Amino acid sequence: MNEAVRNELEVNNVEVIYDHVILVLKGVSLHVPKGGIVALLGANGAGKTTTLKAVSNLLRAERGEVTKGAILYRGERVDALTPTDLVRKGVIQVMEGRHCFEHLTVEENLLTGAYTRTARRAEIHDDLDAVYGYFPALKSRRRSLAGYISGGEQQMCAIGRALMSKPQTILLDEPSMGLAPQLVEQIFEIVKRINEEENVSILLAEQNTNMALKYAHYGYILENGRIVMDGDAAVLRENEDVKEFYLGISSTGRKSYRDIKFYRRRKRWV
Amino acid sequence: METLYLIFIDPFVQMAIEPAFLAEVLIGGLMSGVMYSLVALGFVLIFKASGIFNFAQGVFVLFAALNFVGLMDLGVHPILAFIITLGIMTALAFAVDRLVLRPLVNQNPIILFMATIGIAFFLEGFGESIWGGDVRPVRVGIPDTALFWETGFGEILVLSSDLFAGVIAAFLVTVLALFFHFTPVGRALRAVADDHQAALSVGIPLNNIWVIVWAVAGFVALVAGIMWGAKLGVQFALSTIALKALPVLILGGFTSIPGAIIGGLIVGAGEKLFENYWGLPLLGGATEEWFAYIVAMIFLFFRPQGLFGEKIIERV
Repeated sequence: MNEAVRNELEVNNVEVIYDHVILVLKGVSLHVPKGGIVALLGANGAGKTTTLKAVSNLLRAERGEVTKGAILYRGERVDALTPTDLVRKGVIQVMEGRHCFEHLTVEENLLTGAYTRTARRAEIHDDLDAVYGYFPALKSRRRSLAGYISGGEQQMCAIGRALMSKPQTILLDEPSMGLAPQLVEQIFEIVKRINEEENVSILLAEQNTNMALKYAHYGYILENGRIVMDGDAAVLRENEDVKEFYLGISSTGRKSYRDIKFYRRRKRWV
Repeated sequence: METLYLIFIDPFVQMAIEPAFLAEVLIGGLMSGVMYSLVALGFVLIFKASGIFNFAQGVFVLFAALNFVGLMDLGVHPILAFIITLGIMTALAFAVDRLVLRPLVNQNPIILFMATIGIAFFLEGFGESIWGGDVRPVRVGIPDTALFWETGFGEILVLSSDLFAGVIAAFLVTVLALFFHFTPVGRALRAVADDHQAALSVGIPLNNIWVIVWAVAGFVALVAGIMWGAKLGVQFALSTIALKALPVLILGGFTSIPGAIIGGLIVGAGEKLFENYWGLPLLGGATEEWFAYIVAMIFLFFRPQGLFGEKIIERV
C-alpha cells in the first residue's frame, strides 16, 4: 500500500512559532496509521499540546503559526484549513483540561459536538445513545450543568462531545490530567474500546508515560520541541532511558543524583 | 426631624392614601423599563457571545430607527420597511465582523471596546448624512390612546402604546429564550459564550457565530428603535437615552438575558417612584436622569456581578 494512504495523519518537519518570536516546535515529524493509537510523550512544555494544536489548527487562535513543514491528512495538506473544516473531515481535538461548556447541561455539551453535521435528528439521537453506551455515568447526569459534574465525568463529557462529530481521528490531549489513577485506567479502557470498535485513530499526548505506553501501539518522545526517540510502545517500555527518565524505574535501584547520566539526546529533524 | 419624616414616612403615607396614583406611576415606570430592557438585551447578546462591550448598541437603536422611518417616509409599507431595515442591520453585522472584529481578533477587550466607540460615532454621523437630523415621528399604527382601567381603589390611566410595547418586549424575550435553548445555533451561541477555545475545537465557526449575534442584536435594536421612536419620535437623543441600559446591565448582570429584562423593569419603576415620591417633594425633581446611575453604583459596591450575572461555577 502507498505510504501516504496507509498513514492517516502525517506531520512532516513542522516548526511552530508563537507571537512571531517564540520557537516552540523545532521540526517535529510523526505518523499516525489508520486505526492506531500513537502516544506523544514528554514533560511539561515539551511541545505536546502545540503539536496537537498545529494539527487541529487551533494554534491560530492563540497567535501560534506553523512556519515550516507540512501536515497531511490522508495525503492531503490540511495546514491552511480552519478547525471547522478539519472537524468536518474527521479530525477533532479533545483539549487538555476538559473544557466542557460549564453552563450547558451534559447533553447539550454532547450535542454541540454534532454542530458541524447535517445529519437528521434521529441519527444524532442514536449517536447520543452510543456515547451514553460508552459513558454510562454521563447518562445519569445528562441534565446536570457540566460545570457541576466531577472531573472524571467532565473528561468523559469532553471525549463524548468529540465522538458526536463522528471523527476518524481524535487528538486526545492529556486525558489523565488531575484524575485519580483508577479513573485514568477506566478512561483509557474506554478510549481503547472506541479505537477498536469505531476504528478511530488516536493521537494521544500524555505525561503519564506508563499508562500511555500500556494502551498505545507506537510512541514518540518529545523534548524541547524535538522528537528525541520513537518506537513501538512495547520497545519503548523496555528501553533503559525511557524507564529511567519517564517511568522512574532503574535497573540498579535507587541512585545518587551524582551518578545520573545525562540523557543521550538524539537530534533529528526528519 | 421634618426631613426624616419626608424621607421615611411621608412617601409611604402618600402611597397608601392614593393607591391608584401609585399603580399609575408603577405601570408607567415598568413600561419605560421595558424599553431599557430592550436596549440592554442587545448589549447582553454581544457581550455574552464575544466578550465585547458594544458601546455602539445605543447607536444601533438609533440607526435602525432612522432607516425604518426614512424608508417609511419614502412611502414604503411598514412591513417591507421592517424587512429591509433588518437586511441593513444584518449587512451591518457582516461589515462590523469583516472590517473591525476580524482584524482585531485576539486583541485586548479594551481595544475592541474602543473600536465599538468608533463604530458608534461613525454610524451616528453616517445615519445623519443619509437621513438628516430632524426628529421624525414613527407612524406604524401603534394605537396611542389613554385607557382607563377601573379598579376597586380608583381609576388607573394606562397608555395603549405602553401596553403594546410591553407585549412586544415579552414576545421578543420569549422568542430569544426559545432560540437560545432549543436550536442548534442557539446552543452554539451559548457554547461560544462559555468557552471560545472549546467551541472552536468542536468545529463551531466563531466568525459565523459572531455575525449571527451582531445581526440578532441589530434585530433587537430595530424593535427597540421602533418602540422608542413611537414614543418620542426618532431623534438623535435616542442614542443617549439608550445608554440608560448601562445601569440596567450593572443591576441585572452583563451576561444574563433575564437580568437585562428585570434590571430594566427595576430601573424603570424605581426611577419613576423615586421621582414622584422623593425627588419632587425633597429635591424639586429631575432625579430621573441620575437615579439609575446611583443605584448602579451601590450595586457595584455590594454585588458587582449583578442580580443575575453568570454564576461563577466553582467546584470544591
